[in-house]
Amino acid sequence: MSTRFFGKSIRRNEDPRLLTGRALFLDDVSLPGMLHVAIKRSDVAHGKLNGIDVDAARSRPGVVAIYTAEDLGDYWQPGPLLVPPPPIEGMEFHERTQVPLAKDKIRHAGEPLAVVVAENRYLAEDACDDIFADVDDLAAVVDLEEALESEAPRVHDDLDSNLAAHVVQTKGDYPSARTEAAHVIQRRLLYDRGVAAALEGRGVVAAWDERSQQLNVWDTTQAPIPIRGGLAAMLGLSESQVRVVAPFIGGGFGPKIMMFYPEEVLLPWISMRLGRPVKWIEDRQESFFSTTHERGQIHEAEMALDDNGRILGVQDFFLHDAGAYAPYGLTVPINSQCTLLGPYEVPNYASEFKAVFTNKPIVTPYRGAGRQHGVFVMERLLDIAARKLGIDRVEIRRRNYLRPDQFPHNHEIIYQDFAPLTYDSGNYEPALNRAAEMIGYDDFAAAKASAAAEGRSLGLGIVSYIEGTGIGPYEGARVTVEASGKVNLATGVGTQGQGHFTSFAQIVAEQIGVDVSNIRVVTGDTDQFHWGCGTFASRGAVVAGNACHAAAVGVRKKILKLASELLEAAEDDLELIDGTVRVRGTPQSAIPLGELAQKANPLRGAVKPGTEPGLEATDYFGPKSGTTASGVHAMVVEVDRETFDVNIRRYVVVHDCGRVINPMILEGQIQGGVAQGIGNAFYEQLHFADNGQIMNASFMDYLLPTATDVPNIEGDHVETPSPWNELGVKGAGEAGSIPVGALFAQALDDAFSDVELEILEIPLSPNRLYELVEDASTQKSAAQKSAVQNSAEVKR
Amino acid sequence: MKPAPFEYFAPETVDEAVALLAEHGDEAKPLAGGQSLIPAMNFRLARPSVLVDLSRISSLQGIHQVNDDLVIGAMTRQRDVEKSSLVKAGAPLVHCAMPLIAHPQIRNQGTFGGSLAHADPASELPAVALALDAHLKLQGPGGERIVAAKDFFLALFETAVQPDELLTAITLPPPMPRTGAAFQELSRRHGDYALVGAAATITLGTDGKIRNARLVFMSVGEIPVDAVVATQSLVGEKVSDEVLRAAARQAASEEIDPTNDIHATAAYRRHLAEVIGFRALRQAADRVA
Repeated sequence: MSTRFFGKSIRRNEDPRLLTGRALFLDDVSLPGMLHVAIKRSDVAHGKLNGIDVDAARSRPGVVAIYTAEDLGDYWQPGPLLVPPPPIEGMEFHERTQVPLAKDKIRHAGEPLAVVVAENRYLAEDACDDIFADVDDLAAVVDLEEALESEAPRVHDDLDSNLAAHVVQTKGDYPSARTEAAHVIQRRLLYDRGVAAALEGRGVVAAWDERSQQLNVWDTTQAPIPIRGGLAAMLGLSESQVRVVAPFIGGGFGPKIMMFYPEEVLLPWISMRLGRPVKWIEDRQESFFSTTHERGQIHEAEMALDDNGRILGVQDFFLHDAGAYAPYGLTVPINSQCTLLGPYEVPNYASEFKAVFTNKPIVTPYRGAGRQHGVFVMERLLDIAARKLGIDRVEIRRRNYLRPDQFPHNHEIIYQDFAPLTYDSGNYEPALNRAAEMIGYDDFAAAKASAAAEGRSLGLGIVSYIEGTGIGPYEGARVTVEASGKVNLATGVGTQGQGHFTSFAQIVAEQIGVDVSNIRVVTGDTDQFHWGCGTFASRGAVVAGNACHAAAVGVRKKILKLASELLEAAEDDLELIDGTVRVRGTPQSAIPLGELAQKANPLRGAVKPGTEPGLEATDYFGPKSGTTASGVHAMVVEVDRETFDVNIRRYVVVHDCGRVINPMILEGQIQGGVAQGIGNAFYEQLHFADNGQIMNASFMDYLLPTATDVPNIEGDHVETPSPWNELGVKGAGEAGSIPVGALFAQALDDAFSDVELEILEIPLSPNRLYELVEDASTQKSAAQKSAVQNSAEVKR
Repeated sequence: MKPAPFEYFAPETVDEAVALLAEHGDEAKPLAGGQSLIPAMNFRLARPSVLVDLSRISSLQGIHQVNDDLVIGAMTRQRDVEKSSLVKAGAPLVHCAMPLIAHPQIRNQGTFGGSLAHADPASELPAVALALDAHLKLQGPGGERIVAAKDFFLALFETAVQPDELLTAITLPPPMPRTGAAFQELSRRHGDYALVGAAATITLGTDGKIRNARLVFMSVGEIPVDAVVATQSLVGEKVSDEVLRAAARQAASEEIDPTNDIHATAAYRRHLAEVIGFRALRQAADRVA
C-alpha cells in the first residue's frame, strides 16, 4: 500500500508551540482569586498518628483554610483499586489503597497529613512549618526479605503479615524438565529502579463555579476521563458538571496514570467548599515522596538447558516491593513474570512471586513497568549459560528464539490485561543479525584485544527483549471536517510529549487527504471527548491510533457518499486529495472538503429523513489482546580500569513495532527510553535509610543522566506488522528503556572477562563496579590458588 | 521548596555590610552568588532571618595584579575568573580548576569568595586555595585581618570568618619558576560534585629534581586535605611514574580519612585518591615548562 502521510517523518504539529514556550502547561493556568495549596507531609515513614495541631498555622496571616483527615468527614475514603488483580487461580491479594490524608497511621515518608490553603505558596509553606503532628515513631519496614519475617512490624495492622500478594503461574512441568536437563544455572539477581523524574512534576488546579454549577479541573494526569468520572461520583455531581483537562504535560512515564493521588481528591473538594479556584504544584522534593516509584525485586531464578544450549525450562521466585499501598494491583510484578519469557521458546515455566508492603512510597508502573526486571533475569541466565556451555552469546539467543511460524504464540500464563499472554506476531532473528552487524560483533574480539594492548578496556553487550504493548480495553476518536476545510480530531487519551498531535493526524490524513498541518488534534479534554481510558502501556498509537483510523474511515465514507451524489460519479471513481474530493482523471470535477462540509450541514431547506448532519464520525477500537513489540540493543563500552568510570562508545537499537507511523517520532521515543534506561542502569538509585527516609530526594543526589552521558543512538527497524489491528502497528513507548540494565551487565562482564566478572544486580555505579571487580579478582585468584594446591595435592 | 521569611538588605559598601552583620549577629547571612545558600534556603535547611546581599559592593569585584601577587575580589564571578588572562598566567592551577566547578550557568552567578567562605569540602576552590597557600582577607567591625588558607578551613562548612566578618579578597602568590599545576577529579556526571578531586603542583629545581610538590585532596574529609608527608617525600626525587604513584599511594593510605556516603564508600574514595592523586601529580609534572 502506498501512503501519503502514514509512515513519513513529518515534523510535529505541536513543536512550534512547545519550542517557543506558548503551550499550556498546568502551572500556566492562573485564575482570578486563585488560592494556593501546600501539603504538610509526614517526616517519618512509619508512625502512629495521635493528632495534628493546626491552630498556630491557622492563625498565620494569609492562611485561608487548613484541613486534616477529620475535616473531610465522609469524603475521606481510601482510593479506588485502579487495577484489580487478574483472575489467576489460587492467588492471594490484599487490597490496601492510599488515603487522601493520613488518619491514625502513617505508612510512608511524605504521606500527606494536612492541606494548607493560603493566598500564596510561600505563606502556605510557612504555615506547614507551624503544624505539629503528634506521632509515635514505629520501626519502619524497608528490607523486602525482613518484611516477611514473622516478627517484622506491619505496614497494615489489620493484616497478618506484610504480604500484599502471592501469585504462582506455571506452564508445562518444570520439575520434570529439570531432571532431564544437562545443565542448570541458578542465580540470585537484584533489580532496582527509581523515580520517573518527569521534567514537569504533578499539579492540579480546581475551579468550582457556583453560578454555572460547573467544576473545571486541570490535572497533569494521563487519564483525564477516569478522573472526571471518579470526581463526579465522589463529589455527588453529574459527569456533565465536571470538565477535566490534561493540558500539555512535561512527561508522564506511568506515575501520572496512577489515580487518585491525594491532591486530585482534595483540590476539587476544597474549591467547592471555598468557592475559589485553588492550585497545587508539586515541587521537586515532594515529588520524590508523593509521586509513585518503581523499585526493587529480588529474584531466585534457575534455567534448565540441554547440551545444545536450548532452554528446557525456567523457574523463578521473586519478591516485589509494592510500597505502602498497592492501588495499581499487580501490574508491575505480572509484567515482570510475563516479560521474563522474552522472545524465547520456554516449554516449561514455574514462576512465583510475593508482593510485599513496605514503608516506602507507592510502586506503580514507570516506563517498562516491571519488564526490566524480567528481561534482566532472563538475559543474565542466558549469558551465564552461554559462558558455561561455551556457546556464543548471540548464538544461544538465536537457538532459543521463537520461530516466525510459531505465531500467534500462547505462553499459557495470564498477562496484565487478564488475557493469556499471547504474542501476535514476531520475527526476531533479523533484528539480532542486524544489530550484531551494526555493532561489529564479529570483529569485536580483535578491537577489544588491540584496545587492551593500549591499556583500554572495551566490552560489548547485545541483548533481546519483547514488550507487551497496546492492551485494551478501548479508546475512541471523533473526526470532523469543518466548514473551513480544516479537520478536527478529538480523542480521550492525554498527551505527555508522544507526538500525538502529529501521529494521530497522519493516520487521519491518510484517509481523508488533507495535509497533517490542517488537522487540529484535541486530546485530554473531557468536554471534547469523554470516552476512553488513558495513556499507558505503550497503547496510544495502537488503541487510540486505530480508533482515529476507524473514525477517519467513517468520515471518508460520508465524504464519498455525499460527493458521489453531488458530482454524479461513482464512489469508486472519487479520490480524496489536497483537501478536495474529485473525480479520478477529471480533476476539474472536484469539491473542496470545506464546501462539502457546509452542504452536509444545511441551515435552511430540508434534508432526507435519517440524514446525520456534517462530515463527522466517532468510532472506537478495542483490541482482543495486546500486541508484542520486540528489539535488540547492542552497546560498546570503554571502562577506565582505575576509576571504574564507564563511557558508552556506541549504542545500537534495532526495533520492531510493526508498521511505523512516523519514523522521526519513533526515533525520539527510543532515544528517550534509552536515556532513562541508562539512568536506571548506571546513575539513578533511591537510597533509603533504615527509618524509611529517602536520603537523596533531590537532583543533586539522585543522578539523572545528562546530555553528556547519553550517546548517539544508531537505529534500524524490522517491520513485522501486527495482524490484530488494521494499521498493523505495535507500541513503542517503553522499548528504549527495557533491556538497558541487562545490556550494561553483559557489556561490563565482557570488559572484565579477564577476572570473570558476573554482574547480578542493577543499578550499578563506578563505586559498585569497583567492589564487584575487586570481589571477582579475589575469587579468581583464590580459585587459581586452590587449583594449584589441588594439583599439588594430587601430585603428592 | 520556598524559603522561610527573611529580611533583605543590599548595601553598597563593605562597611555597611559589616555593620549589618554586626547588628544582626547569627541571624544574618551574607549572600554572594547564592548557588549554595539559596537552594539550602529553599529546602529550609538554612533559615537566616536577614540576608545581606553583597552583589552591589563594587569594591569586592575584580581581578588585579598587585606587585607579583594576584588579588581576586571575593565577589568576582567564577566565570570571570575562568576567563581571566591574568589568572591564566598568574595562577594556572586556578585556571584549570575553574571549568570543573558545576556548569557555566552556575559559574556565571557563583563567586570566587563565596565558594571559599561556604567551605564545602567537595568543592574545588578550597583545595586550590590551600595548594596555592592563598591569603584570605577578612574585614570586620574592628578592621582587616589576613588568614592563611591552612588556617582558614576549620571544619565542615566552617571557616575562620566570624559572624560579623566578610571575606573581601583572596591573594595568590606567584608560582615559582619551573612549576606545573594540574587539577584532576572524578565526578559522576559533568558538573557534579566530584567523588574525589586533587590539586597538584610540582616545582623542579635546575637539576631537574623535584624541589617542591603539593597535593591537596577534596571530598575526602571535612576540609580539604593537604598531603604534606607524601609530597615532602617527593622532594629531591627525579620525576617518574613510580615515585609519583608511590607518593599518591602514601597520601591515599596515610593522610586522608574519607567516610561513606550515598555516592561513594570510604574504601572506593581511598582507591580513587591514589588514582586521581597520581594523575594530578603526573599532569602537573608534565606541565613544568
